[in-house]
Amino acid sequence: MTLITYMRIVILVIKITNMGIALYVHIPFCVQKCRYCDFVSYNYSPDLAQAYLKALEQEMLFYASSELVSNKKINTVFIGGGTPTVLATVELERLLVILKTYFSWSKETEVTVEANPGTLCKQKLTVLKNAGVNRLSLGVQACQSNLLALLGRVHNYDQAVQAVEWARQAGFDNLNLDLIFAIPHQTIKEWQESLTLLADLQPEHLSCYDLQLEDNTPLSVAVEQGKLLACSEESALAMYQETIAFLTGKGYSHYEISNFSKPGYQSEHNLCYWHNKQYLGLGLAAHSYINSTRWANTGNLEQYITKVSKEFLPVDERHQLTTSEMMSETVFMGLRLINGLQLDDFSSRFNCRVTDVWSEQINKLMKQGLLAMTATHLKLTKKGLPLANVVFREFV
Amino acid sequence: MSVKQEHIRNFCIIAHIDHGKSTLADRLLEHTGALSEREMEAQVLDTMDLEKERGITIKLQAVRLKYQALDGQEYLLNIIDTPGHVDFTYEVSRSLAACEGALLVVDASQGIEAQTLANVYLALEHDLEIIPVINKIDLPSAEPEQIKKEIEDVIGLDTSNAVAASAKTGEGIAEILEQIVNKVPPPQGDVKAPLKALIFDSHYDAYKGVVSYIRVMTGAVKKGMNIRMMATGTEFEVSEVGVFRPALTEVAELQAGEVGFISSGIKDVKDCRVGDTITTVERPVAAALSGYRQATPVVFCGLYPVDTVDYDNLRDALDKLNLNDASLIYEPETSDALGFGFRCGFLGLLHMEIIQERLEREYNLTIITTAPSVVYHVFTTDGARQQIENPSKMPDAGKIDHIKEPYVQATVMVPKDFVGAVMELCQQRRGTFKNMEYLGLTRVMLNYELPLSEIIFDFFDQLKSRTKGYASLDYEISEYRQSTLVKMDILLNNESLDALSCIIHRDKAYYRGRALLAKLRELITRHQFEIPIQAAIGNKIIARETVRALRKDVTAKCYGGDISRKRKLLEKQKEGKKRMKQVGSVEVPQEAFMAVLNIGEEQ
Repeated sequence: MTLITYMRIVILVIKITNMGIALYVHIPFCVQKCRYCDFVSYNYSPDLAQAYLKALEQEMLFYASSELVSNKKINTVFIGGGTPTVLATVELERLLVILKTYFSWSKETEVTVEANPGTLCKQKLTVLKNAGVNRLSLGVQACQSNLLALLGRVHNYDQAVQAVEWARQAGFDNLNLDLIFAIPHQTIKEWQESLTLLADLQPEHLSCYDLQLEDNTPLSVAVEQGKLLACSEESALAMYQETIAFLTGKGYSHYEISNFSKPGYQSEHNLCYWHNKQYLGLGLAAHSYINSTRWANTGNLEQYITKVSKEFLPVDERHQLTTSEMMSETVFMGLRLINGLQLDDFSSRFNCRVTDVWSEQINKLMKQGLLAMTATHLKLTKKGLPLANVVFREFV
Repeated sequence: MSVKQEHIRNFCIIAHIDHGKSTLADRLLEHTGALSEREMEAQVLDTMDLEKERGITIKLQAVRLKYQALDGQEYLLNIIDTPGHVDFTYEVSRSLAACEGALLVVDASQGIEAQTLANVYLALEHDLEIIPVINKIDLPSAEPEQIKKEIEDVIGLDTSNAVAASAKTGEGIAEILEQIVNKVPPPQGDVKAPLKALIFDSHYDAYKGVVSYIRVMTGAVKKGMNIRMMATGTEFEVSEVGVFRPALTEVAELQAGEVGFISSGIKDVKDCRVGDTITTVERPVAAALSGYRQATPVVFCGLYPVDTVDYDNLRDALDKLNLNDASLIYEPETSDALGFGFRCGFLGLLHMEIIQERLEREYNLTIITTAPSVVYHVFTTDGARQQIENPSKMPDAGKIDHIKEPYVQATVMVPKDFVGAVMELCQQRRGTFKNMEYLGLTRVMLNYELPLSEIIFDFFDQLKSRTKGYASLDYEISEYRQSTLVKMDILLNNESLDALSCIIHRDKAYYRGRALLAKLRELITRHQFEIPIQAAIGNKIIARETVRALRKDVTAKCYGGDISRKRKLLEKQKEGKKRMKQVGSVEVPQEAFMAVLNIGEEQ
């Protein structure tokens, strides 16, 4: 290693360690698993939940006392799942108490909890709000009962409307709704209907994901067996374009491939991923990225609990990223943002320009009309947006 | 000190793939103590990884054993291993010429296969003493009596003394060694006469140069002699003489009747051709041994590096493979679609596959192989004859008077229940039925005349799949015959892709054209634009397909911070792209160039 490379790395580490971290907590329980879901999740039971919360506390203790995290500022908190709100009100309350015991953040810090509309009540929401949660992300997914049933969701549209109302009453002024399009047999009309109905609820933020048929999920098996007809690429594209046109028309800003927000309400936590910044993931199957190392916790609940109780880190995989891997990830995550990758940010992190590393690829993609360069950003064009993976592949 | 001729036995082993030849050879080595059990790496004679994996012998090998016979005398046994594939018939004939006897190894439950039969006939032509061995008698399905009867009926050999053996358990090995000593005649040939030796194989050694495997017929050869290769006329000084134990071991001289090797600093295997005769410069023999011919490639294909910068590496790799394999021929060619590459000639499809695999494995090259072609004789209207081994070089249809293509005499052996399936396949492949013979009660031998081009179009795989793997095939190139052939061009994105042109029978053009396009549509990944693919004969489009444009390729979900997974996924997708060739604005995967071989038959 030359002295210059060494110095660059030292500078890099110092820069990263001073950046603060995002905190993610995984709650791997659900009422039932959705038919498209390939995340780790278990059926909820009070006993399991209790054991899990205990283990979580133990894991928090490790990190809170370790140098890795102890002196870092917590930029955002995100409690995701699974279904965090499948936990009973007291359990949720306890979770937040534990979190605040080991980590501290300011009042302005974004604290999000993911929620399934079928698992909420007014009291639960009030407790969350009072415990410091200031952003609620509701998995609404669709407004039509047939589509919700096909997805294996446990709630209906009326419950989603009710949940929004309760959330507002509880004082939540930062609300996200998750939506899924390109569901088998979904028509573009149904999608337009969902968009219209949900925009009327005036959420501050909307995430519109197209359905990914992940291997071995009941939904993808049904499609393979011909029991369900997958949405065609053409209609998925039409729905995506409709989403952008409709929501921007309603005053939402399209700021990431799948994400829309009212001014000032972008998801701080997810921005951390897109800016390829550091985060600590706690809980089953959670992923972390600190000091250029990525690691993942085990996805086996029993193992997680046992390991933690024996004071072992429940880490399954650990990978020290090379500089070029970090560069790749910074680019393809950054390009997910509609404004694109910040050129200055890239240069100051890696001490070289993105155009030095990928000049040929960037030129080619610009010629193909998939990428554009502004004075400050490298970004996907309108044409490049639905072909993002074609672009990303050039940078790995 | 050389051994007296009456104590030498030279023999080879004739067997079908899987009938246990290599295991039997190993057993013989073990029994005679040529190798301790410890040194035995399974199947010593097949030294290439590829040979071990596929269980086939590609390169000839030889080994010398000392055997203490029951008569109290010590004998020297030379085993010459033979390749068991139709592509290497000439090599087999040369190794047979170096022997006085042959073990005919037949699987006790499978019976004689087509290539075995062909090789036995070759052995009989060379007047070899044949010792039948019924192998694998330890298997529950073994039917040694029935197999013996089959050997008697089909080949006319006396099997009353056939050895029932199991190379696996070692049963019968002692008996085989005794029969070799007692039945195979010792070599003859005057030790005092001028040197006459047959080259039956060679290999290239980085230190010794070319090592020639020889059988001395008359005279003797020793270090320091000046020798001449009679067919090529080249002369060398012998730098080393030795035998195979099985490691190369130097000896003072090799005399008439012996098998061994010589090296002489020859740098090019082409100077030392299989079948050539070695004599001395000072005291040459008048006539060379008969049977020498230059191996003629019958199957040709284009080899191109996926990445154009690999062109020189590909040439170096071919040069190196050529050092060991004089039958591989290649010359530079250029394709509009694929750029610079080589047109290579092979002894057959297996030979082609082997070279291709070795280039990828041993030389780490990513290459594109175009569909194989036979050599066509094209007679143009001006009376000239051209040899066309690359379909894209075919003259314009208007200038062609007629085309001739090579035919083969094919022999298929199959259980009688599959006769119908084999006949149907041969019919579809423009075959002419010659005759059919029962081998005992359950098996049948079918003879067909078939165009070679039909054989190289996936014939063997089809034959195997239609007969549940039971059929065996042997063929021999016979003659050129006139056929109604046309050149089919493939247009990709409206531009002719020369590397995909093929020559096919007119009656099959529509079907093959449609099937090929359907296959290509599957294989060619979608681009950001629509890609038309067409099949054309002359200016006439006979089929058309479209690869739809890729309009959406975006992953919405965030994977909950699992960014490594996303990166790995992108990397994997990108890796797939590396094996593609950029043709104009289209990326074409490797497999597309061979697609024509896998389009199946019209049902």
